[in-house]
Amino acid sequence: MAVQKHEVVPIESSSDIVLIRQKVRGWATELRFTLVDQTKMITAASELARNTLEHGGGGKVLFEAISNGTRNGLRLTFEDQGPGIPDIEQALRDGFTTKNGLGLGLSGSRRLVNEFEIASKVGAGTKIVVTRWK
Amino acid sequence: MERIPILRMGNFLLVTIQVDMHDKLAMTLQDDLTKAIADFDSRGVLIDISTLEIVDSFIGRMLANIAAMSRVLDAETVLVGMQPAVAITLVELGMSLPGVRTALNVESGMELLQESVGSFHMSMNDGSAET
Repeated sequence: MAVQKHEVVPIESSSDIVLIRQKVRGWATELRFTLVDQTKMITAASELARNTLEHGGGGKVLFEAISNGTRNGLRLTFEDQGPGIPDIEQALRDGFTTKNGLGLGLSGSRRLVNEFEIASKVGAGTKIVVTRWK
Repeated sequence: MERIPILRMGNFLLVTIQVDMHDKLAMTLQDDLTKAIADFDSRGVLIDISTLEIVDSFIGRMLANIAAMSRVLDAETVLVGMQPAVAITLVELGMSLPGVRTALNVESGMELLQESVGSFHMSMNDGSAET
């Protein structure tokens, strides 16, 4: 897996979520994603960035343009040092929410990407890696 | 403070969302619209999202809230102009916006509002839109 380009963007306020959406649009356009694929990746990024902000107390996202030899893709790694998720399986269920949201952030964004990985430790933080291939 | 303008046209309110909204702006719009419905005694709200490039669960929830709140205030909401890529993504995300009326464009959205509000307001219509 070759990383062609990378960038780290902080997630500290709700305007950072807007900035991240615009950046994903830029990266996905550069990777020549179709409009539907771009829209899915931007929406997933918006959900995950909001989770990082609201549940993780802020953090950062790593953008990577990657290639596996045959395909190019966009990989996003969201990381926070927040309280962590005690029960990941429950958190990934549609409709599960600890705040007053709809509980679609994690479960919904997982459906919008090709690869989804989550690691979380209570008291240490959460890391979510999503990839969408061209 | 940044705000999305709400236009008043007779008994209806028109909103065109043309910026990539941050969460607070979406909440402000929800509050402003609800207040405007009550202040102007509006019977319908038309929200044009044709320039919105994404609708995530937060914006989707805001739109559903507006529709629900306006219904409680005796006004109809019609959402118009959603881009196909946005619709595909929104449904895959798990939001099908139940309870929100939609139309493909502003014109058919206005027709829908006029129909639901009744014959009294049909006087606003020149008749050409009737089928």
